[in-house]
Amino acid sequence: MSAAAALGEDLATYNFAYLDEQTKRMIRRAILKAIAIPGYQVPFASREMPMPYGWGTGGVQVTASIIGPQDVLKVIDQGADDTTNAVSIRAFFQKVASVAVTTKTREATIIQTRHRIPEEKLQAGQVLVYQVPIPEPLRFLEPRETETRKMHALEEYGLMHVKLYEDIARHGHIATTYAYPVLVAGRYVMDPSPTPKFDNPKMDMSDALQLFGAGREKRIYAIPPHTRVVSLDFEDHPFEIQTFDEPCALCGAEGVYLDEVILDDRGGRMFVCSDTDHCEDRRAAGHRGRLSPDEAYAGHGQVQEDTGR
Amino acid sequence: MSDARLSTLAVSGGFSDPVFEAQAVFRALMDVTARPGTVHTLPAGVAPPAPLGQGPGAVALALCDPDTPVWLDRDIDSESVRAWLSFQCGAPLAQGPERSAFAFVKGETMPDMADFASGTQEYPDRSTTLVVEVEALDGGAALRLEGPGIDGQRRIAPRGLPATFMTQRAANRALFPRGVDVVLVAGLCMMALPRSTVVSHVNEPEAG
Ligand SMILES: [Zn+2]
Repeated sequence: MSAAAALGEDLATYNFAYLDEQTKRMIRRAILKAIAIPGYQVPFASREMPMPYGWGTGGVQVTASIIGPQDVLKVIDQGADDTTNAVSIRAFFQKVASVAVTTKTREATIIQTRHRIPEEKLQAGQVLVYQVPIPEPLRFLEPRETETRKMHALEEYGLMHVKLYEDIARHGHIATTYAYPVLVAGRYVMDPSPTPKFDNPKMDMSDALQLFGAGREKRIYAIPPHTRVVSLDFEDHPFEIQTFDEPCALCGAEGVYLDEVILDDRGGRMFVCSDTDHCEDRRAAGHRGRLSPDEAYAGHGQVQEDTGR
Repeated sequence: MSDARLSTLAVSGGFSDPVFEAQAVFRALMDVTARPGTVHTLPAGVAPPAPLGQGPGAVALALCDPDTPVWLDRDIDSESVRAWLSFQCGAPLAQGPERSAFAFVKGETMPDMADFASGTQEYPDRSTTLVVEVEALDGGAALRLEGPGIDGQRRIAPRGLPATFMTQRAANRALFPRGVDVVLVAGLCMMALPRSTVVSHVNEPEAG
């Protein structure tokens, strides 16, 4: 099914930003409570959206409830602006809210994201909206909602530490690399959505407001700006982010999150920025990696050697 | 409210462009809640019947509806305000402050925050948002704010809060994650003091 078809063709008569006003009010009230109680999951009556769950219906409903005509929207999926999911959500809001869209992180007032936080430092006045599949960090330890509610209420987070410690016992280190649990403002343990743990430090004391929407699970939660977000760890096994052995093959960036790209069937591969806008920005500014196309065109011999490995 | 009370007052003074004005008011509320102590000016245009102020009226129109029981303090309660809220928002009157989702009060005469809904430990979001109309958002005693949404600390000096405000506020903060959330409004200017914010007098020692 094409992205456009998935969104349906019966959007000819829609409300501004698709949702009806009563739904927006309900979601807006939930957002305000979520901001007032950082990291706490506020239940909300999630609506059917013209896209399947897993397409970020929670994030879409949050964005639809906050967006106004003056906003500039950026949508990323795993860091990229050009995947089917990102393209269709962007098209959806262009159609139902007539808002300006951008791929430039710094131009956006609202950034809806699936699984990444942009590399560029976010600014005050920007809102990062996460699409969340499973909002409950304790779900894998305790399937019953009544029990996880109680655990949050009583700040009983011992099980979470036990789980992380089992990792250490089994692997010698904490093996969790995605959806790595955090403690928000010293009170609630929160699932940062399946972002790589590489991004966890960016949540801490961010200048931007961070909102999280889980459509299927009907939860909204938030991290206000300038809020302490600490990744859970142990004194003898402190939290560490992923590191990469080589810089981005296209822009030479270091200290950014890289995706592995398979080049051929003989084991050729390269690592490139997962944040496509960041990578393009750097290349536009003249930064080059070992596999930059213009480097190759320029006939730099070493490119040939490197790729031949 | 009887239909006989549905005066022209009730049907006028709402948003002229409900979709976009509600969005603008909400965005201002979201911003001030995310950054406690900062001030936003609401778009003009709402004209609720006295004694409900313009700012509180705009907040009501943006967020209240049949799902949100509303409580009006003595000094704000009037037949015309009730009729206006009923017609414009469809919001029912709360049976008491502890049953309200939103409460509209005047600063000097506001009831104790402890009278309102503070939510439960499992569902702390089920709490009252207290919209307090004050004389001004500056010119009063200097207060220091710390907590989520604040880079270090922020100072405010609202005028027209009750003498017991700081004691009430400390008691409210001690309930965290339960507690009421406060929005201060003066005219069309608005700031928020969500429950997460620690408020102290500037001459008191800083919060740990
Ligand atoms: Zn790159």
